[in-house]
Amino acid sequence: MSFLLGENMTGGYGSADILHNCTIGVEKGEIAVVVGPNGAGKSTAMKAIFGMLNLRQGRVTIDGEDITALKPEERVLKGMGFVPQTANVFTSLSVEENLEMGAFIRRDDFSKTMEQVFDLFPILKEKRNQPAGELSGGQRQQVAVGRALMTEPKVLMLDEPTAGVSPIVMDELFDRIIEVARTGIAILMVEQNAKQALNIADKGYVLVQGENRFTDTGAALMANPEVRRAFLGG
Amino acid sequence: MIDVLNALVILANFIIVPALTYGSQLALGALGITMIYSILRFSNFAHGELMSFGAMTTILVTWALQSADISLGVLPTALLGIPVAIVVTVILALAIDKTVFQYYRRIRAEPVTLLIVSIGVMFLISGMIRFIIGPGDRVFNDGQRFLLKARAFKQMTGLDEGLAIKMTQGITVVTAIILVALVFWFLNKTRTGKSMRAYSDNEDLALLSGINPERVVLITWIITAALAAVAGTLYGLDKSYKPFTYLSLLLPIFSAAIVGGVGNPIGAIAGGFVIAFSELTITFAYKKVLTYLLPDHMAPDTLMQLLSTDYKIALSFVILVIVLIFKPTGLFSGKTI
Repeated sequence: MSFLLGENMTGGYGSADILHNCTIGVEKGEIAVVVGPNGAGKSTAMKAIFGMLNLRQGRVTIDGEDITALKPEERVLKGMGFVPQTANVFTSLSVEENLEMGAFIRRDDFSKTMEQVFDLFPILKEKRNQPAGELSGGQRQQVAVGRALMTEPKVLMLDEPTAGVSPIVMDELFDRIIEVARTGIAILMVEQNAKQALNIADKGYVLVQGENRFTDTGAALMANPEVRRAFLGG
Repeated sequence: MIDVLNALVILANFIIVPALTYGSQLALGALGITMIYSILRFSNFAHGELMSFGAMTTILVTWALQSADISLGVLPTALLGIPVAIVVTVILALAIDKTVFQYYRRIRAEPVTLLIVSIGVMFLISGMIRFIIGPGDRVFNDGQRFLLKARAFKQMTGLDEGLAIKMTQGITVVTAIILVALVFWFLNKTRTGKSMRAYSDNEDLALLSGINPERVVLITWIITAALAAVAGTLYGLDKSYKPFTYLSLLLPIFSAAIVGGVGNPIGAIAGGFVIAFSELTITFAYKKVLTYLLPDHMAPDTLMQLLSTDYKIALSFVILVIVLIFKPTGLFSGKTI
């Protein structure tokens, strides 16, 4: 059983279900990537795992513990970090204050964690006193990831971290994400840039209409001709 | 040269000093409006009455102290009443929040609904005030009247025109500076203050970060009510306490908050002074100033007043409209409303 597992999830925002019996899991130190066409329920699956959506069926477990009934804030305390797709930084707060707010639930000294974040994203140290809203798209994403890392999560969930950034910045962000995974954190992310994302993925999930269509290692999915033709543009 | 100095003294005496005082009172009020707007996301029309309630409490305490023969010497006794007024006003604000506003937050009411609710609260508080202290005019200022008397100034400088600074004016400006500094220090340097800014900036992300919204709201009410109590008392001390005036004070206070950029604390302060200085410069009679400055044959016969002082309140409305047309986010770019 995976470290973080959303099992047989069925649910949606209103009466209509978006997810149908969908299962997504990730191991510690691994990167799992969820890909699929627009409207496949990728972001919805993320929200369901993080508790921002009520499930009609299925359950979510972390390290074997059932957390299906917990609110998002409570899941943060269980070691989950979430980077939303949009509005994922406090624009009027400085970079450093953003990180401080990330560590809000921590009562201990978090200066070491902040140093680690600055080591991971050196540009943030340089711009620590600048309002996050004044940064470029790629730098903002770094702030967003940094903010989520401040609680020292065991699982980091990223909803399209590379949305709206240039290809060069995207490669760099992926490099950083690999680095984070190497520290033993489980990473679950949704990506539009399916090819690049599956390249770095240990595990890949292809969702179509809220259902699991293909589940395999990243490399196997890349090699699967059907997946290539239908989802990766040949 | 002497003429120029005399003209400057007139301006200082009738515009700069009163506008600094009035501006400080407006700034404190607007700061409260802007904090409620940025955290609870509605325009709180009950703020004027909250100020009035604070002033009323100060008066009651002042009376009690006066009858017990306790005074502060040269300073007004009311200063001793302010801490009590702060506590009582905070309690009132929290009680209203728990019984009224909390319900509308829970059902996620639209900001306009909350605005109308706040008008109801406004009438409620205003009724309470009239029950307790009545609608009449109350002067509760005691202690020394002037910090600097016009005659003393004349003797000191040898000028024809005098500059007088009332004790209440000095107290108002000093208190406002201290309070504003405290609020900014709190918002920018403390963990709780930063979490309030974070909540105001991005509510969802604040929740994801584990910031408790009810705690943020609680602290916002405490700060707002404290500011209101002090601002209300300072206003009453400077002019005189009349429950009715706090209703008409709502307009310049809202104008100040919006002119500065609603939701932006620095804007609220700046807006307060913009409104105060425009009201006074436009309604001031410049006859004497021009008589000093212009050659004798050009001295004006009329008052040289742009607008009668009766239009003071209308003026803040005009400024409000102009700002909303040309720079809807305010001078310091708050949120548009």
